[in-house]
Amino acid sequence: MLECVPEGPVEHTIGKINPAKTCQPIGAMYAALGIHGCLPHSHGSQGCCAYHRMHLTRHFRDQVLASSSSFTEGASVFGGAANLKTSIKNIFAIYNPEIIAVHTTCLSETIGDDLPTIIKQSEIPEGKRVIHTNTPSYSGSHITGFSNMVKSMVSYLAEATEPVKKDQVNILPGFVNPGDMREIRKIVDEMGIQMIMLPDTSGVLDAPQTNKYALFPDGGTTVDEIVDTGNSSLTLALGSWASDAAGAMLVEKCNVPCIPLRTPIGLKATDDFIMTLKEKCEVDVPKSLTVERGQVVDTLIDTHFHYQGKKVAIFGDPDIVISLTEFVLTMGMIPKYVLTGTPGSRFETEVRKMFEEYQVEGSIVKADGDLFELHQWIKEEPVDLLMGTTYGKYIARAEDIPLVRVGFPILDRAVHPLMPITGYRGCLRLIEMVSNTLLDRRDRDASDEDYEMVL
Amino acid sequence: MAINQEVLDEMLLPYPDKVKKNRTKHIVRKNPEEGCQQIEANTRTVPGIISQRGCCYAGCKGVVIGPIKDMITITHGPVGCAYYSWGTRRNKARADDITPPEHIYGAMCFVTDMQEPDIVFGGEKKLAKMIDEVVEMFHPRAINVCATCPIGLIGDDLGAVTKKASEKHGIPVLAYNCEGYKGVSQSAGHHIANNVLMENVIGSGDAEKNPSEFVVNLLGEYNIGGDSWEIERILNDIGYRVQGVLTGDSSVEEMKNMHIANLNLVMCHRSINYIAEMMEEKYGIPWLKINFIGVEAIKKSLRDIAQVTGDETFIRKTEEVIAREEARVLPVIEHFRKICTGKTAFAFVGGSRSHHYQYLLRDLGMEVVVAGYEFAHRDDYEGRQVIPTIKTDADSKNIPELDIKPDPELYKEAHEHLNITKEKFDEICSRVPLGNYEGMYPDMNGGTLMIDDCNHYEAEQLVKDLKPDLFFAGVRDKYIAQKMGVPAKQLHSYDYSGPYAGFNGAMNFARDVANAMTTPAWKFITPPWEKESENTGDTNA
Repeated sequence: MLECVPEGPVEHTIGKINPAKTCQPIGAMYAALGIHGCLPHSHGSQGCCAYHRMHLTRHFRDQVLASSSSFTEGASVFGGAANLKTSIKNIFAIYNPEIIAVHTTCLSETIGDDLPTIIKQSEIPEGKRVIHTNTPSYSGSHITGFSNMVKSMVSYLAEATEPVKKDQVNILPGFVNPGDMREIRKIVDEMGIQMIMLPDTSGVLDAPQTNKYALFPDGGTTVDEIVDTGNSSLTLALGSWASDAAGAMLVEKCNVPCIPLRTPIGLKATDDFIMTLKEKCEVDVPKSLTVERGQVVDTLIDTHFHYQGKKVAIFGDPDIVISLTEFVLTMGMIPKYVLTGTPGSRFETEVRKMFEEYQVEGSIVKADGDLFELHQWIKEEPVDLLMGTTYGKYIARAEDIPLVRVGFPILDRAVHPLMPITGYRGCLRLIEMVSNTLLDRRDRDASDEDYEMVL
Repeated sequence: MAINQEVLDEMLLPYPDKVKKNRTKHIVRKNPEEGCQQIEANTRTVPGIISQRGCCYAGCKGVVIGPIKDMITITHGPVGCAYYSWGTRRNKARADDITPPEHIYGAMCFVTDMQEPDIVFGGEKKLAKMIDEVVEMFHPRAINVCATCPIGLIGDDLGAVTKKASEKHGIPVLAYNCEGYKGVSQSAGHHIANNVLMENVIGSGDAEKNPSEFVVNLLGEYNIGGDSWEIERILNDIGYRVQGVLTGDSSVEEMKNMHIANLNLVMCHRSINYIAEMMEEKYGIPWLKINFIGVEAIKKSLRDIAQVTGDETFIRKTEEVIAREEARVLPVIEHFRKICTGKTAFAFVGGSRSHHYQYLLRDLGMEVVVAGYEFAHRDDYEGRQVIPTIKTDADSKNIPELDIKPDPELYKEAHEHLNITKEKFDEICSRVPLGNYEGMYPDMNGGTLMIDDCNHYEAEQLVKDLKPDLFFAGVRDKYIAQKMGVPAKQLHSYDYSGPYAGFNGAMNFARDVANAMTTPAWKFITPPWEKESENTGDTNA
C-alpha cells in the first residue's frame, strides 16, 4: 500500500497531495439541506453539483437533492444570468420548494456573476424565497462554504420583529452530523430552554424509511424559524470556523448577542456548553445530565489504561479537531500530530495552547496541511492511533496503525451520521471507539499465551 | 408492463412550455411499427431540472485518464474536483511485471489547490513548480495535467507549461483542456482524453508484433470492481494476448504499444469509439463491438471474435471455454433466476451500461421497461448508421476533432491485420458487425421507454407509475428509489461488489440482485402498530 510514497525528507511546498479539505460549495449545500423545504442550487457547471451530491450521499447514505445552473461554454464566457433565471423558473414549476438556496462555484465566481441582481430579476412565486451566498472554491474550504451559507440565511431571512427579545436561544451547531444536531437539541430540551437550531439536517439526512416518499423530508429549520432567530435573546455559535460568521451577523443585523463556543465534543467543551446555557438562561442543570456526565467520568477512570499515554494523530475539520484534541488530552492521550486542511492560523494557536496547558512536548500542529504531510510525519515517528476521516485508511494500512473514523466524510462505514460524537453521550461513544480499536489491535497482535479473556 | 401515452403526457404537464418542448424529444416510447424512432441526445442540460449529469473534467480525468496506474495526474484548479474524483470510481489496478508497486498512484490525489491570487495572477508558475516537486519526489514515468473550470477563463496555457516541463524532466507531461463547462456532459471529456492519448501515447512504443500471437486491445473497459481482469482471464484462456486496456489497470508502457494489435475490442462505445476509429484510420486495425455483461452476450462476443480471427483453433477453443464456464456458472445463476424471473427494472446509467446490462437481466428472466443514458449520443441509442445525420450543435462544436492520416509505415488493410484474405474478410463482415454498433434501441421491447438525461422528477414519476421491482442507477438515485420502496443497485460502482463482467461477474450480479430484492427488512417497513390500526380501520369500514 502506497509504495510510491517517498522515504525520507521531501520538498513539498506547493499544491496539495491527498488534501484534508474540499471546496466551499459542498458545505453550502449541506447547510442549505438543513432548511425545511429547501432545494440547494449550485450556480456553475453541473459537474460540481453532481460531485457534491454524490459525496454527501456517500457519507449520509440518504437522498441529497440539489439543482444546477448547468453552465455551458457560452454561459461561461458571457455570464450565467439566463441560466440562473431559467433554473429558478423551472425549479419552482417542477419541484416547488419553499425556498431555493443558491451557492456559487469557482466558475461563476471567476466570471463575476452578480447574484443579487440576477435574483431580483427572476420570477419568484408569491410566498417563496430565493437566497444566495458566494462560495468561491479557491478560498477556504468546505467549512468556509458552510459558514457562508449559514451567514446568508441570517442576512436574508432573520428579522428582529418583536420589541422585546424572546426567551429563546439560537443554536448554530456548525458542520456536524444530524445525529449530533439531535444530541445538542436533546441537551437543550432537557434543560427546558426554548431554542432554534440553524441549520438542522436531522430528519433530512437521517430520514426514516417509511412507505411514503417525500421530496422534502420533515426535518430542517423552517423559514419562519429562521426569521424568528432575530427575536432570540442569545445565540450560541458552536465551532468558530463554521458558526462565528452567522453569529456575528445576528449581532449586527438583529442585535442578538452571540457567545462563541467550541463544538461540544468531549467533556470540557460539553461542560462549557451546558454551563453557558445554565448561566445565560438561568436554569438548573437537570439530574439526567449530571448522571450522564458522571457516567463519562466513571468510564474514563475505568478504562484509562486502555489508552492513556498512547500517541494519536488527529486530522479533519478545524472545529471538530480542536475539540477532539482537547478530549484526547482529557483522556490522558498524546495528540502527536494535529492537522486540518482548512486554512486559518488560529487553529495552530488554539491547539498549541492546549499542548502547553497539558505540557505536551514535541507534537506538531498544522492548518492548511494535507495527508501526504501527515503521512511523512508518521513515517518519521509513528503513532498508536489515527483519528480522522475515511481518507486516513490508506495511511492506516500502509503504516499498520488503527483508525478511528470520525468527522466528514466517512465513506466506508454506515450508521455514523445517526450517532452523536457531541455531548456526554458522544463522549461515551468516542471512548468506546478509541478503547475498542486499541483493544482489537492488542488482541490481534497478542501471542497465544498473552491472549486474554478479560481486558 | 408498458407505459401508455396518457401517463407520459401527464408526467410532462407541470413543465414550463420550453422545458416540455425540450424534454419531449428526449423521451421515446418504442413503437416497433415505426422503424427506428429518433431520440434527441447530447444536447445541453435544462438548467434547474436536477439532471444526473457530471462534467467534462469528470469524463476526462475521472473516467478515462484517472485509471492509468503509472501516470501521476495533477488536477490544475481549486481543491474540489481532484478531491471528489479521488478513490471514488472503482477502477482497480495492481502491480505486475511491467509496473512495480512504487509506480502505482491510484490511492493518491494531486492538485494545485488554486487560491484567489492564482485566479487573479494566473496559476502557471504554481503548476510548473508542482510538477517539478512531484517529479523530484515520485519519479513518475509520465504526468497528466487536467484543467478545471477556471483554467480556461483565466487563460492559463497548460500546453506551454507541460511542454516545458516535459523537456525539463525528460518524461511525457500531457495537458488535457477538460474544463468542466466544455460540451454538455462527461462525454466531451471522453473525447478530449481520447485525442490526447491518441496523439501522444498510442503508437509511441517500439514493440514489434510476434506473428505467432493474436493480439487484441480492450477499449473502453475501466476495470470497475475487477471487470477487465475477468474479461482478460477469459480471453487469455482462449489463447488471445491482450496488449492494452483503455484504461482499466493500464500502464503508459502498455498503451504505447497498442498499435501492434490485430483487433480492437470495444466495450464502452461512447467513451472510446474515437480511439477505435482513429486507430482504424491510422493503422487500419479493425474494431469489434463486444459485450461481456451477461452469459448470452459473452457467448456472442466470444464467437464473434473467434469468427473474426478466421482461425479454427480459436473457434474450437472458444466453444471449449464456453462449455466449461457455463457448466460452472449456470447452476448458480439458475438458483437466483428463480427469485428474479418475471421482475421488471429501470436502468439509468452513464453511456453504455443501460444497454449492456439488459442482456444480463434477460439471463435472469427480468425485463428493462425504462432505460436511459446520462450522456450517450444518438448513435448509442439508435446505432452508428445515424452518425452522418447528427449535427454538432453550438455547445459541442469546440471539442477538437483530430485529423488522422494513415501511418506511412504501419498502416495495413484490416484483413492483413487479421492475417486473412480480402475475400474471407468480406465474407466475415457479412456475419460479424465489425466496425459497427447497433445501439440500445433494437434491443428494447415494444412499449418500453428510452429516456435521455432523465432527471429526478421524471425518475420519481415513472417509479410511482410503473412500480418497477428494481432500480439500477448511480449513488445519487439509489437512496431516492429505496425511500420510494424500490430496491436499487448501483451500476456504476456495483455497490462495492464485482466483477459484474464475464462469467464470474454474471454469478456475482445474480446474487447481488436477488439479495437486494429479498433482504428481509423490506417486510418490516410498516410498524406493527400501524398495521393494527389499518386493520381496525378496515373493520370499522
